[in-house]
Order: sequence, then structure tokens, then C-alpha cells
Amino acid sequence: MSDDWEDQLYQLLIKHEVSLLPYVPDAGHAALISKADKGHEIATVVLSTEEEGVALNCGAWLGGKRSVLLMQSSGVGNCINMMSLIANCSFPFVTLVTMRGEFGEFNSWQVPMGQATKDCLEAIGLTTYCVEDPDSLLKTVDAALFSAFASQQRNAVLMSQKLLGRKEW
Amino acid sequence: MLNRRDVVKKIQSALTAHLFISGLGSPSYDLHAAGDNPKNFYLWGAMGGAAMMGLGLAMARPDQKIAVLTGDGEQLMGLGALATIGVAKPQNLAVIVLDNGHFGETGMQQSHTSQGVDLGAVAASCGFAYTCTVEDAAGLADLLHQLQTVNGPLCAVVRVSAAPVPRSLPILDGSELKNRFRRVLNLDPL
Repeated sequence: MSDDWEDQLYQLLIKHEVSLLPYVPDAGHAALISKADKGHEIATVVLSTEEEGVALNCGAWLGGKRSVLLMQSSGVGNCINMMSLIANCSFPFVTLVTMRGEFGEFNSWQVPMGQATKDCLEAIGLTTYCVEDPDSLLKTVDAALFSAFASQQRNAVLMSQKLLGRKEW
Repeated sequence: MLNRRDVVKKIQSALTAHLFISGLGSPSYDLHAAGDNPKNFYLWGAMGGAAMMGLGLAMARPDQKIAVLTGDGEQLMGLGALATIGVAKPQNLAVIVLDNGHFGETGMQQSHTSQGVDLGAVAASCGFAYTCTVEDAAGLADLLHQLQTVNGPLCAVVRVSAAPVPRSLPILDGSELKNRFRRVLNLDPL
């Protein structure tokens, strides 16, 4: 992973006036979380489980602020009923999901949820975008943030293990 | 034993400047019965989410005071949220648990709080700045004072009767609830 795209991703969140970044950590999000913690533009919120971040994003929008949820694909399964909130109220919503169990996975226990992630998100009403390289990541996150906060869309950007690299064991 | 409707009516009457988020089931009916208002955001689902919506709102709007009204059943589902709020430490957030010790919407099965789990103690151990358990009118009067004076996050467990009260149904339409709430803060719908 080059540091470059992670810095550009951070700058993109700032450009779109994202001010809150709730997360359950994943190695693929570690650099972004670190940049936010070092900077003054975006406040991070460590969660105990991913669905907390769904509700937090919606509460932030009630108050007029933009919040983006960071999680790993295994956390998507924890979020499904909470995501009914997004659909019922037409909340703008963006989550960046780092994938496991999808490409070159060692830990077979990650595979069932990783393989189900896209279908689960779409079943509860989110639009999914799969990205495999830094250029498409930045373009896709830019578009996902724009359509969420300009036209109340609910978007999940799935960041492939092809982008993030294999976890070494 | 305290009557939940009387408790919520007194809280709403005392906290005239607060924004309210209520959890699904009885807390939303109680808040509606106390008096509908655009600054009430009633949840009808998303169980476990009320306190975290409150945290998101509190962090987005440090200029406002936020009161979350929830039940023991919902907060048990969102137990981890107490840890998250305790760490985030929003000074402008109060989580008020109307604790009847039962799952009221589903046949009055006993919840964990009837069987020894103390949500106020959990909140205290999670780092809430102020916690209390309210069992009577004097305790409620003190809570109303604390809600207006102490820095949060505050968690109050208010023990209320499990005796049934009539439903008082807020509007269901989530977009309307969202948009009317945001207008209170001079935020336009998209």
C-alpha cells in the first residue's frame, strides 16, 4: 500500500466536509484513522460494534454534519437491521468497507461473510461499489460522497483485497 | 412506583431547550404522549440505536443539549454503546433509561434488569460523568435538576412501573420525522 492514496482519501473526506469518522478498526483503514487522529479536521469515534456507526451517522446528519463509517466486511453482518433506519428515513449514508474473505484469503473463517457482504448490503437497500485499485477508489469515494450528501443516496464502497494486499500470516 | 408517562412528561416539561431522541416501543409512545414536537425524533425500529443516534447528534451539535429516552430492553441490546459514549465523553448528552424490567412490546417477558443487571453501574464503569438510579419522586426531582446543570455524558436509570399504559402513536414516516427535526436547527431538506 502506498501512503499516497491514503492521504488523497483523507483529503477527499475533508473536501466533502466529512467531520466524523466512526470505526471498528481494520488494518486497511489504519492509515486513514491515524491521519484523522493526527489532524484537526475529522473526529474519530471508536465503536464497540459496527451497527453503532450506522446510528451515529444518522444522528450526525440530524444535526447537519457528515459522518462516514469505516469497517471490515465481517462487520457488515452486524449492521443489517440498523440499516433499516437509513432506508426508512432516507438518510444520506456512506460506508467504506475493507474486504476480507474475498481474494487471497488465508483465514477461511472470514470467507462466508466476505462472500455475502455485497448481497447483504444490497438486500437492505444500499448501493455497492467494488474497487480494486487506488485510482478507482478515489473516483468512487468522490462519487459516493457526492451522491449521498447531494441526493440522499446510501452507498457502500467495498475496498478489495487486491487494493489492500494480503494479510501476511 | 413511578409511572412512566408522568416521568417523561416531567422530563419534557423541564428540558425545554433539549432535543429528544426516543427508542422504539414505549419510550417513543411516552414522548409522544407528553407532547408532540418537531424536536422529538421517534424511533420505531433500529433497536439498540437510540443512544448512538444521540451520540452522533451530540457530536455534530455541541451547541445543543440532547436527551435520549430509551428502555431497558433497547439499551441492553446496545450495551456496547455505553462503552462508546463513555469513551467519546459528549458533555451535552443524557441517556435516560425507562427501566420497567420487562420487554413491554412482546408479552412482558422479564429483561436482564429484573434479574440483576444494573445499567447505571454499567454506564458508570464505562466512564459516564454522572449516573444515577431514580426510584421515587424525590429522585426524579433531583434528576431534573442534574439534567440541567451537570456536564455529561449522563446516564439515568429510572425505575418505572410495568403496568400497561395506552399506546400514543407518533407519525411513522421517517423522512418527515427527519426533515421536521432538521428544520428546528435551520437545516433544509435536500
